[in-house]
Amino acid sequence: MAFQGVDFYGIDDLLTDEEKLVRASVRRFVEAKIVPIIGKHYQEGSFPLELIPEFAELGLLGASLTGYGCAGMGAVAYGLATQELERGDSGIRSFCSVQSGLVMYPIWAFGSEAQKERYLPGMAGGTIIGCFGLTEPDFGSNPTGMLTRAERISGGGYRLNGTKRWITNATISDVCVVWAKLDGVVHGFLVPKGTPGLTTRKIEDKFSLRASVTGELILEDCELPEDAILPGVKGMKGPLSCLSQARYGIAWGAVGAAMSCYETALDYAGSRLQFGRPLSGFQLVQAKLVEMVSEITKAQLLALQMGRLKEAGKLRPAQISLAKRNNVKIALDIARVARDILGANGIMFEYPVGRHMMNLESVITYEGTHDIHTLIVGQDITGQAAFE
Amino acid sequence: MKILVPVKRVADPENANKVKVAPDGSRVTTDGLEWKINPFDEYAVEAALRLNENAKSAERLGETIVASIGGKDAAQTLRQTLAMGADRAVHILAEDDALDSFVVARALKAIVDKEQPDVVVMGKQAVDGDSNTAGQILGELLGWPVASFAASIETSDGGKSFIVGREVDTGVLKVKITAPCVITVDLRIVAPGSVKNGATPAEHAYGEGARYASLKGIMAAKKKPIDEQPLAGLGVDVTTTTKYTKFELPPARKGGAKFVADVNELVALLKSEAKVL
Repeated sequence: MAFQGVDFYGIDDLLTDEEKLVRASVRRFVEAKIVPIIGKHYQEGSFPLELIPEFAELGLLGASLTGYGCAGMGAVAYGLATQELERGDSGIRSFCSVQSGLVMYPIWAFGSEAQKERYLPGMAGGTIIGCFGLTEPDFGSNPTGMLTRAERISGGGYRLNGTKRWITNATISDVCVVWAKLDGVVHGFLVPKGTPGLTTRKIEDKFSLRASVTGELILEDCELPEDAILPGVKGMKGPLSCLSQARYGIAWGAVGAAMSCYETALDYAGSRLQFGRPLSGFQLVQAKLVEMVSEITKAQLLALQMGRLKEAGKLRPAQISLAKRNNVKIALDIARVARDILGANGIMFEYPVGRHMMNLESVITYEGTHDIHTLIVGQDITGQAAFE
Repeated sequence: MKILVPVKRVADPENANKVKVAPDGSRVTTDGLEWKINPFDEYAVEAALRLNENAKSAERLGETIVASIGGKDAAQTLRQTLAMGADRAVHILAEDDALDSFVVARALKAIVDKEQPDVVVMGKQAVDGDSNTAGQILGELLGWPVASFAASIETSDGGKSFIVGREVDTGVLKVKITAPCVITVDLRIVAPGSVKNGATPAEHAYGEGARYASLKGIMAAKKKPIDEQPLAGLGVDVTTTTKYTKFELPPARKGGAKFVADVNELVALLKSEAKVL
């Protein structure tokens, strides 16, 4: 039977018909196209490139942006789409989050009209793939300390030097948004694939997000024309506003991974007999399942109100941090417990829980670690920054 | 060409165990049911969209109108078909209990009289009542030819007629019918090569099944018109012909013996319990 969703609290009544339709469409797509193939891609460590035209056709790329061939969806509808994608796999959701929130968004928000025309329609159409270069080998939680430098070239243009690491889509990208310091101030640069001085390297041997491409961008005297700079923003506000977009999607996506694990564990516990009755008839197992559905319900409401705040233009970054922090943590906990309920079968690729569990180890680290989000919320409520 | 596609929302067939009957057996209660578009109607929408497009150039070749007769929430079903690509919708407001195939067919005839489509493409039956009659009655009321159980549709004579493949016990029966006409579709109408309209290149590979409502389609559907009017306003006879006397759920399944010790026990059980020997 197809996935029916987890809705212990009648939260569906808070959604519009349009939002439910978006979820139904993406859910059906995930069931038909992602679920059957994702285990194999995960095992092989490959990203299903052949699905990119289908992401585009469905309208997933840049879905919440307006114009330039984008769908212009509301925040909650976009969140629900993200939830369904991550119910399939965090790596698939990561691809769409990076393309939409980290590459299309800064071009849409801070780019020149010529940059928007050049990139956005192709990115929405899936013919141009992007990546986002902020994190460096030695600067993760503290991106402000980045070493990547841009300098002006006499006669116009810029020369970039530096290394970006842990970059999703690095080796499959047609354009990289690279953040670099120009005269000590952070700026965004659009670096097309094939630019002399840009090399990319795939990071192999991951045990997490194996169905997603992760890599490095190495910039060695990489020379760019004058119009490569994003003119609309300077300072850390640029990359941080992108991260807000992506973290928003992650907070929703984690709920999807949690739902997948919960449903799998509930189903398994209902059919697996030990001592003459189903596992779900034992108090210890029930306690675990109740904890899961309880946390999922809270996470759903958190994500939904976050979405409503975003739609109203009232969402603050610290609120996104709270939701990302909470929802990814509960998803990881749920995945671990689901793995336990499945016993030995929990370690098999036949079931999605082990894959989600491994994936979520990345999700809890990227786009602001759990601890960094703790400190962002901590700063927000106390007025004191513990990390500066 | 102009195509009318009637659609109905039904209780989600994947959740059929949620269907409950009122204690007095007078009706099926709809509380807490998940609604979905009737699958055969969804296939009819897909078939109509394929007939009305050049899938290669994305050119639209005609208008596809969807219509539903039902309560307020049937609008969501119409919205879904608009999101798939239909152009506009007609929503006849009526309570489900006040409808049977005859009332539905008369209401559809009123819509046909007004819209003058070249063809009505509809599901062969709704999976709730499984009557498989509305399309045939509509054809009779209109005096139009009907091709039922269509597994394939091919336009012919420049869209003035259709060659319809019907799966019958002995194979595929091909009938040619002249527009205007009614075609009711079976599930294989959404196989990749089932609809040929002379515009979409023969080598174009459609996906298996009905298309998804894309996110852009869903946004676009918000702006497409739904013409809403009460059943009473159509000026048709709304007397039902079918009388429902009683509803009851199928008896709950009894747990049977799953494991038998030997063939003798199996044979004995097949005789005494299953009563098939």
